[in-house]
Amino acid sequence: MGVYGNDFSSSAGALLDEVEAAEAALREAAGRSLAGDPDPDRERLDYFDQVIAADQKIEPRDQMPEAYRKSLIRQIAQHAHSEIIGMQPEGNWITRAPSLKRKAILLAKVQDEAGHGLYLYAAAETLGVSREELVDKLLTGRQKYSSIFNYPTLTWADVGAIGWLVDGAAIVNQVPLCRCSYGPYARAMIRICKEESFHQRQGYEILYTLAHGTPAQQELAQDAIDRWWYPSLAMFGPPDTASTHSEQSMAWKIKRFSNDELRQRFVDMCVGQAEVLGLTLPDPDLRWNEQRGAYDFTQPDFDELLRVISGDGPCNRQRMAHRRAAHDAGGWVREAAAAYAAKHPARTATAAASSNGSGSR
Amino acid sequence: MTASFGQVLALGDDALVAAQRLGQWCSRAHEMEEDVALTNIALDQLGAARLLLTYAGELEGAGRDEDALAYLRDDRDFRNLLLVELPNGDFAMTIAKLLFLAAYQRDRYHQLAGGADERLAGIGAKSVKESTYHLEHAALWTLRLGDGTEQSHRRMQSAVDEIWPYTHELFDDNDLRPGWLATVEPVLAEATLTRPADGWAPRGGRSGRHTEHLSYLLAELQVLHRAHAGASW
Amino acid sequence: MTAPAPLWEVFVRPRRGLSHVHVGSIHAADAATALHNARDVYTRRQEGVSIWVVPAAEITASSPDEKDAFFDPAADKVYRHPTFYQVPEGVKHL
Repeated sequence: MGVYGNDFSSSAGALLDEVEAAEAALREAAGRSLAGDPDPDRERLDYFDQVIAADQKIEPRDQMPEAYRKSLIRQIAQHAHSEIIGMQPEGNWITRAPSLKRKAILLAKVQDEAGHGLYLYAAAETLGVSREELVDKLLTGRQKYSSIFNYPTLTWADVGAIGWLVDGAAIVNQVPLCRCSYGPYARAMIRICKEESFHQRQGYEILYTLAHGTPAQQELAQDAIDRWWYPSLAMFGPPDTASTHSEQSMAWKIKRFSNDELRQRFVDMCVGQAEVLGLTLPDPDLRWNEQRGAYDFTQPDFDELLRVISGDGPCNRQRMAHRRAAHDAGGWVREAAAAYAAKHPARTATAAASSNGSGSR
Repeated sequence: MTASFGQVLALGDDALVAAQRLGQWCSRAHEMEEDVALTNIALDQLGAARLLLTYAGELEGAGRDEDALAYLRDDRDFRNLLLVELPNGDFAMTIAKLLFLAAYQRDRYHQLAGGADERLAGIGAKSVKESTYHLEHAALWTLRLGDGTEQSHRRMQSAVDEIWPYTHELFDDNDLRPGWLATVEPVLAEATLTRPADGWAPRGGRSGRHTEHLSYLLAELQVLHRAHAGASW
Repeated sequence: MTAPAPLWEVFVRPRRGLSHVHVGSIHAADAATALHNARDVYTRRQEGVSIWVVPAAEITASSPDEKDAFFDPAADKVYRHPTFYQVPEGVKHL
């Protein structure tokens, strides 16, 4: 569809190509054995190092350093929590979507996010932690979620901005994770990235339609971008000079690129896309730097990022209250399900509903 | 022989309003798996609504598309059953509504699938499979809530008692009630729930006389679209 | 506080002719709910898809510390990547 312009198609295509390449690499690595026969008498953690060095995958029951396991649990869990909390700002516009087509697309998108959260909880559980523990850590604030979801979706255009900028930034972050050293996480990321290809496209399409619509719609679109641009840049985390955990993560091939590298990549992608939209990125110092071969841009306010991460963003309290309320309100349902299962232990998988309808599975 | 505008509109409105109510559960279910399931059902209902409303607009021949019908009518012009516009309530209430609605929709779509109107037959054939799934989902939960804990049983019985009167309207224009009872009664029985007696039977949805709930629902559904007259999205 | 819903591993066979593949896991209180939910989460209800759900606790795994192709044929209920065969009781030479 011509509306995306060459820049967008090629960058979207390029990202998907990377996902495919990561998947191919995973399969190819699975077919190789390690370089040289591993000496069975060597320490098991040497085996871990060999696997990492050979760009092969660590799998759930492999020996691994405790710090690797803990670091992965935290990262995967927080990623899962982000998907779950992200359903709130986006879901905010389901009931008011301005066309039935948009309503359907948004419902599908938010449903995808729930599904992605589930894939990620499943991946985290392979590391010896339970979903219950992780949910508890989220609800008690001991594990976090992406700070971007602590901002409000004030208008329909925000739904577009989230699709274009927030999902765009997430994809830039996530595609390298398809090559992460931990097998279940890499596989979950490949599945997620493939499903997410439509999310960013739909957000962009929403903004394109607004930007080429009525003056009121154009204002909505520009206002949303003015509010979401810098928070999206902040999604890549603090600048490299201030980032504490990165070195170890890089050595373990969990993190493959630095925060600043990813942030730059994202900016370079967005500039051309913004031009096709006909909207302005709210950065007067944004300009092409011939020497660097990249765009110079204004960094987001990292003090604000820290404030939001520590709990003082516009919606932190609201997001957590919403999640806690849903969890608490559902307690009696979970209890009922458990009670029923206890009463009927031998129940087969065949549901008890009438089966004279058509439609086989 | 083709169907009438009014008939198709009514089915489309049922699905649209049901979708709107189910969409309100997003990010609020008791477990993520259920969030996915309910949103899936909402999407199915919305899909059926879009097909039906589009066809209704064509039958009417006044140039109204799915969005004109969904966003620009007032509640007196909506033809949905009262049952679908009732608030979600707690999970038991939502499941009770879904059980009764899905059992009806499955049989209604089955009828359309075998009917003379080709367009409706296509819509019916697709929707019957979805309704079968919705019914399975609702029955699964009816059993677990009815035959779960004392609290879930109380809530489920209360929901069934409250919704039952609204089910009579489902059969005002068809002969599907015996089949519907044959589906629903065994589920209630197995769930250790009492099938309510037939008594009070509120109606009016099919002729545009709704409960007070519908205009609030439509206000939310329509507000943004109406704020930008003539705009595309 | 309720016992948490148990973990189920999910295996999906996308089409006839292929085999079931492990795709992830979900939580559910019982088998019917697990199957029903797995359909929503892992197949988005595509038709013609076969799903198995297995309580995670029922899976016996070989230890990957034993390298490469080793597995113990004497172990009952062995989960072998990438396929999972269930041999009925009393069947010989299979």
